Amino acid sequence: MKILVAVKRVIDYNVKVRVKADQTDVDLANVKMALNPFCEIAVEQAVRLKEAGQADEIVVVSVGSKSCEEQLRTALALGADRAIRIDTDDGPDSLSVARLLAEVARTEQPGLVLLGKQAIDSDNNQTGQMLAALLDWPQGTFACAMTVTDDGVEVTREVDGGMQTVALTQPAIVTTDLRLNEPRYASLPNIMKAKRKPLAVIEPAALGVTVASNIRLLSVEPPAGREAGIKVGSVDELVDKLKNDAKVI
Amino acid sequence: MRILVIAEHDNQTLKPATLSTLAAAAELGSDISLLVAGHQCQAVADQAAQVPTVSKVLLADNPACANQLAENVARLVLGLAEGYSHILAPSTTTGKNLLPRVAALLGVNQLSDISAVVSADTFKRPIYAGNAIATVQSSDAVKVITVRGTAFDAVAATGGSATIETVSADCDVKQSCFVGEELASSDRPELTAARVVVSGGRGMGNGENFELLYNVADKLGAAVGASRAAVDAGFVPNDMQVGQTGKMVAPELYIAVGISGAIQHLAGMKDSKIIVAINKDEEAPIFQVADYGLVADLFEVMPELEQKL
Ligand SMILES: Cc1cc2nc3c(=O)[nH]c(=O)nc-3n(C[C@H](O)[C@H](O)[C@H](O)COP(=O)(O)OP(=O)(O)OC[C@H]3O[C@@H](n4cnc5c(N)ncnc54)[C@H](O)[C@@H]3O)c2cc1C
Ligand SMILES: Nc1ncnc2c1ncn2[C@@H]1O[C@H](COP(=O)(O)O)[C@@H](O)[C@H]1O
Repeated sequence: MKILVAVKRVIDYNVKVRVKADQTDVDLANVKMALNPFCEIAVEQAVRLKEAGQADEIVVVSVGSKSCEEQLRTALALGADRAIRIDTDDGPDSLSVARLLAEVARTEQPGLVLLGKQAIDSDNNQTGQMLAALLDWPQGTFACAMTVTDDGVEVTREVDGGMQTVALTQPAIVTTDLRLNEPRYASLPNIMKAKRKPLAVIEPAALGVTVASNIRLLSVEPPAGREAGIKVGSVDELVDKLKNDAKVI
Repeated sequence: MRILVIAEHDNQTLKPATLSTLAAAAELGSDISLLVAGHQCQAVADQAAQVPTVSKVLLADNPACANQLAENVARLVLGLAEGYSHILAPSTTTGKNLLPRVAALLGVNQLSDISAVVSADTFKRPIYAGNAIATVQSSDAVKVITVRGTAFDAVAATGGSATIETVSADCDVKQSCFVGEELASSDRPELTAARVVVSGGRGMGNGENFELLYNVADKLGAAVGASRAAVDAGFVPNDMQVGQTGKMVAPELYIAVGISGAIQHLAGMKDSKIIVAINKDEEAPIFQVADYGLVADLFEVMPELEQKL
């Protein structure tokens, strides 16, 4: 079985982003970028399936400008076999990304496509579900466990009330949640090896997709500020403040 | 403007998240249909019909919808979508699973987790773990939107008498089936709807120590939450995680105990009205957002707090 993994280049999770002074967008100049943490979990899962003999090839795909080849190389260093970059401007909309990924899936014919549940920049949580719809495949979102069977995949999902397990036919889409696995670090030899693994660049036109969005970003503003309050010296003082000043208990 | 809202329910009761989503819908227009898709869920439709904001309840009672499988429910919604300008669902795990699938089937984008309605085509939504608020305008023919529950005050649950229309649809696409679930059961209020939330982090040390929080929570009628670190360490189940990638809460009072205050955690609770932080490290970032900070060892102060409440 072949596994396709979609990965996104995003701001590093440790960085607190700032809004540009003119409020047109956030300021990403000179900000540390990384592989979206949920995508890292998706790559790790694919590598584990390959190590367990349940997959024979892992193809990683990213949609974006040349800079996201850095994250594709990271995924190759973690164990993916080859990479595809679909060449667009940065920040394509989710429907376009899903349409492009769907075309790649139609060509590559994977048994499984893994995506992160959420990109930590846009916080959209939608691309995997959209891809599943376009391909008319089943979806196992927010996975914290998965078992691949002969003709399907069983996915345990983190849901608001606890956990839910569903059985999907193959091919299927799975989006990863935090507890699916703990990603490994790439070793130096693997980072070196990754430089020689194949990385293809495809234009959207070659896939028959026009990247255009009906969503326009009008402005970006900082969130309502929150001032630090006071330090209290004791439990008594805390209870007093909550009762008499804040009046919340 | 005709608006379709997807109800959140468990085939028995209508969930409060639906009422917040209806509040967002009411800012768009007054012709609001509420879809109750489930199995043996007549009781939910009856409750839904009492919500004054709802013009019409659509009841799809179908074994294929029993467990809200996205493949089936999306097919159902696609069949009903014609004529609606907006389709809304709560941004719960059910809504987030379903609505992007509906959007893609309709050939439109989705707007996730909106926190404000500016106009019929313009909305605000938090991005980058809530460190920025984007205003976005959609020119899609149908606006498909999930709604952040904590950002909208729930509409009244009773007083109305909407008609219930039965819709039938063959929507079993046979791509997925429900195997089982493990749902947390608790007598405490639900995390996202509680007036008070007490959350514990890695500082709690282990799962047993969460008793200290449960005791305080019981005195306050509070729900109990956790940081990712506490969940990852196995202290408590995943459904208790508050944050960017867990649950969003905005109670009257949030008490963070042994939580450092990483941006991902703050994203899920910084809209709370009053924040209390209890942490032994006075440099912990959680103090930057706390109204009342107590620098102390939680194992000393939590029993005392319980006693003094
Ligand atoms: C992709 C991604 C998504 C994430 N999503 C979330 C999310 O949704 N929610 C979330 O919470 N995190 C999330 N995180 C994790 C986040 O970055 C932090 O790692 C996490 O919030 C830290 O949890 P903590 O504050 O409990 O632990 P720590 O940062 O280890 O802090 C523990 C605190 O306890 C204090 N402490 C220790 N002992 C005591 C004591 N005896 N008395 C008083 N205080 C004590 C310490 O001083 C310290 O401040 C995410 C991370 C990533 C990468
Ligand atoms: N530009 C992109 N290129 C490749 N994969 C993407 C891209 N955007 C989103 N994805 C995938 O979709 C997942 C969810 O992203 P989102 O729906 O934007 O929150 C990510 O974790 C990736 O796996």
